[in-house]
Amino acid sequence: MSAGLTLAGVHTHIGRYHILQGVDFEAPAGRTTMLLGRNGAGKTTALRTIMGLWRASKGRIVLGETPLQNLAASDVARLGVGYAPETMAVFSDLSVKENLVLGAREGPLDDARLTWIFGFFPALKKFWLSRAGALSGGQKQMLSIARAIVEPRELLLIDEPTKGLSPAIVGSLIECLREIKATGVTILLVEQNFRVAVEVGDEVRVMDNGRIAHRGAMADLAADQPLQNRLLGLSLDSHQ
Amino acid sequence: MTALDVGAALPRRKVEIVPALTPVIVALIAAPLIGSFSTFLTLTAAGIAMGMMIFTMASGLTLVFGMMDVLNFGHGAFIALGAYVATLVLLPLASWSSADSVALNLAVFALAVVAAALVCGALGWVFERLIVKPVYGQHLRQILATIGGAIIAEQLLYALFGPDQIPLSLPKTLEGSFVFGEAAVEKYRVLATVVGLAVFAGEMLVLNRTKIGLLIRAGVENREMVEALGYRIDRLFVGVFMAGSALAGLGGAMMALYRGQTHATIGGEFLVLCFIVIIIGGLGSVGGSFVASILVALIANYAGFLAPKLALVSNILAMVVVLLWRPRGLYPVSGR
Amino acid sequence: MTILSGDPPRGRRLQVLIVLIVLALALAPFLFPGAKALNTAAKTCVTILLVASYDVLLGYAGIVSFAHVMFFGVGAYGVGLALYGLGASWGAIAAGLVIAFAVSLALALAIGLLSLRVQSIFFAMVTLAVAYAFNVLASQLSWLTGGEDGRSFKVPTVLQPGFRWLDHPIFGVQANGKLITYYLVFAVVAVAFLVLLRVVNSPFGRVLQAIRENPFRAEALGYRTVFHRTLATCIAALGATLAGALSALWLRYVGPDTALSFSIMVDVLVIVVVGGMGSLYGAIVGAALFVFAESYLQDVMGALSRLAADARLPLLPALFHPDRWLLWLGLAFVLAVYFAPLGIVGALKPREAEAN
Repeated sequence: MSAGLTLAGVHTHIGRYHILQGVDFEAPAGRTTMLLGRNGAGKTTALRTIMGLWRASKGRIVLGETPLQNLAASDVARLGVGYAPETMAVFSDLSVKENLVLGAREGPLDDARLTWIFGFFPALKKFWLSRAGALSGGQKQMLSIARAIVEPRELLLIDEPTKGLSPAIVGSLIECLREIKATGVTILLVEQNFRVAVEVGDEVRVMDNGRIAHRGAMADLAADQPLQNRLLGLSLDSHQ
Repeated sequence: MTALDVGAALPRRKVEIVPALTPVIVALIAAPLIGSFSTFLTLTAAGIAMGMMIFTMASGLTLVFGMMDVLNFGHGAFIALGAYVATLVLLPLASWSSADSVALNLAVFALAVVAAALVCGALGWVFERLIVKPVYGQHLRQILATIGGAIIAEQLLYALFGPDQIPLSLPKTLEGSFVFGEAAVEKYRVLATVVGLAVFAGEMLVLNRTKIGLLIRAGVENREMVEALGYRIDRLFVGVFMAGSALAGLGGAMMALYRGQTHATIGGEFLVLCFIVIIIGGLGSVGGSFVASILVALIANYAGFLAPKLALVSNILAMVVVLLWRPRGLYPVSGR
Repeated sequence: MTILSGDPPRGRRLQVLIVLIVLALALAPFLFPGAKALNTAAKTCVTILLVASYDVLLGYAGIVSFAHVMFFGVGAYGVGLALYGLGASWGAIAAGLVIAFAVSLALALAIGLLSLRVQSIFFAMVTLAVAYAFNVLASQLSWLTGGEDGRSFKVPTVLQPGFRWLDHPIFGVQANGKLITYYLVFAVVAVAFLVLLRVVNSPFGRVLQAIRENPFRAEALGYRTVFHRTLATCIAALGATLAGALSALWLRYVGPDTALSFSIMVDVLVIVVVGGMGSLYGAIVGAALFVFAESYLQDVMGALSRLAADARLPLLPALFHPDRWLLWLGLAFVLAVYFAPLGIVGALKPREAEAN
């Protein structure tokens, strides 16, 4: 079973901007925690801070037993954290294969793992030798996530995987996220698409103005329309 | 290597060929203007040889810039230093140079250029740690710091070696030319071309067939993501910086032998040329630098013959023309 | 609007320093007799204008350009060649100046438009290449520019050293053309400096700084960054052109080494950093320090070098040789970049409470 993630009193400053203003939450081990909130609430900043790409100015970030807050991004990654950023960040001039090779830092690509990934991301098999830059938006997203899970991880940080994707692809992405969930890895998933959140999330944390405004089970929030309106400004129905 | 059945995969798309043809196009345009075939051959051979030497100097610069956005104005200092180190090796071993033995001559040549590369690589580490590292990420300060480093380095070279030119002569059997009927090709130019091609082949091999090369190519595109995948890219960068400095030294040593003399100003002169080459080639692209080096050298040689007054600015003109056609260079790297 | 455009030097120590330097320059012919001293003072004035105009580009607009000396050269050659070709008259000076301004503006506009096409690091390298090309061109077109040797020319009678304005000396100084030329240079530089001060403290100047801090945000706020940056380039270019014209007038000579050489660009960079980027007063402090050191420190170095040679110490004589003055300057420059990024002006800033 993977480790749980805990943030306590985390502040992050970017230049003059005080983005995270005391973030406290837990992402329980082996469960999928959704991180929701309006634009500019600080969700991506939170993920980047956990990943070590930005340094927290205050507070503690702990994965299992290990503190993360002062580690460089490469050290955080080596502790078993996989990251699929909002920008996908696939290496366009490298092939799909080379992108995945980079994701596999422990050793060569594992055939069994690859077969499993090809199962829900068949396009990657087809474009194995092609330049990643030639892939469509949805395929790049698949590659980004595949790269994050090409080896077993303790924690997955995924930032808005369905952004800009058509509903059909969103559907297959939900399927793939469910498959990944089934391996028991801890997932922290930032999403704007509430439907995805409901279908995939076990827990939910809502951010507002750099703090956590609500924490609880996903199912409870899904059932509470007025609360959704208050926290997210829009109801479930408008997220189809 | 995975044994997985990926036989159904689409083949990798070919590299775009048109930009690589630009030197050929230039040669084809120049040929009728020059008239005499033997002159054309001589100029082209000179251009290719010089292009190889410039490529050796420039390829490190483009990777250093591509990976860390470090515009190293100190690069010219390594070019000059390489020339001086070669001098330091060749002068005491003058007997090997003047001996009529190909083996000894090649040996002293190899010693000179390898020494140049090693010394410059080692000092490259010092330069990176002392001057570049403290100002990572701050473009302006980094430009200023490397310029300062370049000034100090050039002045130190003057202090150590004196402000005058030091003459260098080629080892005996490397002088002269191979004669094909009417055309003559200088032996040293052939050697320079061989060395340059070897450097290019070596770089391409490392970049395309090793994991380190993979990391470098990925780092040129998106350094942050490479870190987020668990790799210490700053360590890799130091290695690339050292390799770039070593290659600059190698190129400088070879260029000094080509010209028959060593002087610290060779650094500044070729620095500008290197900048032009990496701009034309595309920042971060080794293949682009290769094509651009040949292009620039050919243009300089043809212009030197056809329109001497324009020769020195011909490269600037070429750069402007290329940028108008392809604003990011011949082979731009994605994400830049 | 006050004469200093509401932007006086900050801090008592800096104010005193500026006043001292300005007074020293204003009264130079009387305070420091001798040709060398006056030469140093004139060079300081011209350098102040050249560096201040560069600071508008680098410190305020955040544009890294290596083509600045090109504009200086245009100004110098414009006026110099006009005086050479059209004879020593004020009309020639005016004609040369107008042509120089026109050429500089054209080049500045071209460079500004180039920045549209390429990103900033490209831009810096391209300006380097362009400046190099210009340098080469000036040497090549020797029928026009006099090539490597440059051109000597006569200046209008009033400015000639032999001209006697008054028969008796003023406070012990000959009232000749040299004196008049010096005060012409001083006055023009003073006025130009105040104009630049006005520009950087205007709304335009503030927008420039906003663009420097965060171009995307500025663009999003509706400021046309390309327009502002191009205008900044033009203003800086004109300042440098004027400085070049004054330099030619003072030296009565123009040549690649005095008007176009890269070492001038390096000097400007060093002064702007050591003096203080982002503050025009840094140009005053830096230029004064630099020119003074260049003239007089070399003598000190020469003495040290001889001492070291007499003491049979290795390497030191070469390191202290007066020709190696740039080595120590380079060292000071690098130290300034790391430890005093705001230059002397920054170091002299008064201790303020942490502002928010």
